[in-house]
Amino acid sequence: MRITQGCFSFLPDLTDEQISRQVQYSLENGWAVNIEFTDDPHPRNNLWEMWGLPMFDLRDAAGVMMELNQCRKVYGDRYIRLSAFDSSHGWESVRLSFIVNRPKEEPGFHLERHEVAGRNIRYTTRSYAADRPEGRRYG
Amino acid sequence: MDLDIADMTNTVNLREELESVGIVEILAQLDRELIGLTPVKTRIREIAALLLIERIRKRLNLTSEVPTLHMSFTGNPGTGKTTVALRIASILHRLGFVRRGQVVSVTRDELVGQYIGHTAPKTKEVLKKAMGGVLFIDEAYYLYRPDNERDYGQEAIEILLQVMESQREDLVVILAGYGDRMDKFFASNPGFRSRIAHHIDFPDYSEPELLAIAELMLRDMNYKFSADAREAFIRYIALRKTQPLFSNARSIRNALDRMRLRQANRLVADLDRVLAADDIMSLEASDVLASRVFLNDGSMTSSA
Repeated sequence: MRITQGCFSFLPDLTDEQISRQVQYSLENGWAVNIEFTDDPHPRNNLWEMWGLPMFDLRDAAGVMMELNQCRKVYGDRYIRLSAFDSSHGWESVRLSFIVNRPKEEPGFHLERHEVAGRNIRYTTRSYAADRPEGRRYG
Repeated sequence: MDLDIADMTNTVNLREELESVGIVEILAQLDRELIGLTPVKTRIREIAALLLIERIRKRLNLTSEVPTLHMSFTGNPGTGKTTVALRIASILHRLGFVRRGQVVSVTRDELVGQYIGHTAPKTKEVLKKAMGGVLFIDEAYYLYRPDNERDYGQEAIEILLQVMESQREDLVVILAGYGDRMDKFFASNPGFRSRIAHHIDFPDYSEPELLAIAELMLRDMNYKFSADAREAFIRYIALRKTQPLFSNARSIRNALDRMRLRQANRLVADLDRVLAADDIMSLEASDVLASRVFLNDGSMTSSA
């Protein structure tokens, strides 16, 4: 199951040129772009790992693309996303975030129904990928 | 210049092409604001002409390769290397060979780290900032320290070389430094020499050129020499040139700053005098002659 998080996730995967144009748009707005990766696709997982520091003071998307390609070389089997941070109001806040790399196979989620008192049901989603230990979840 | 290059389907008007990119004014500005440096200006004109033709060839699908644009500027201190780098960046930008046209100026400190694993991220950060523009590495020979085999400079050099080769369309690197040391640097790093297309040598300024530079600087600051001061300054240049640590235009600028200081002192010393604008603008011979350059014995250097 293809996961849909962040911008553009209902569109076909962006090509490198399209990614580069989005990054350039962010840089021209004065936003700092950051690369993060993870192998836990749960939508509530907001602790992605950082690939280096956010990139401040860049003028051209080529710098971000260089880092992205290096991140793909190492973690090409995981989810990678770019986030653009706007600091114009005094603190960094995310303006744009989108997935730029995903595993070949996305096994999807198991929906667990937990029956509790009074015929109520509580739901839990659990990613099949997370059954395996970290670092060995894909491929 | 009225030549038209005729293709089977396309014709190109060189003059229109040249005017549309607006580098004529940059070249004119270069002529106007930089005194002397004739060989440098000639080379820049040649490079600009080459790039203009290259741009047309690209449009006509006669070439698809990105030309190598990395350069090395060699010359003594104060000969205008940084200034020319800024102009080159705007020429490259107008012609579309760099996308953004910014100049990131760095020295060894910003590229080389202090411990294992520090250098690569540092160099890459600088490269990322320079992407789409020009990376100007001043005193580039400091990157390579042959006396210390564990020096991290070599690591920075390797990363630079790799990016200079593989991302030629994203970044132009200009190495600058004093002539003899740069020669040694290139001799021990043949990879650099072969990746650099244009080696430009900046000659020292002659004495009349230095005087012209001084007058240009003064005009920009709304000052001027009195006739006596001008004579004195000609003597000053001749004497200063023979002294150690002479760095061309930079020494001239420093000298002018000290003369402005003396002039201000002189004017303030006489508080009751009514000054005209002309008095405030002009430097007198006494402001020039108070320089320690005119003292023959070194014991009174503090008077400078």
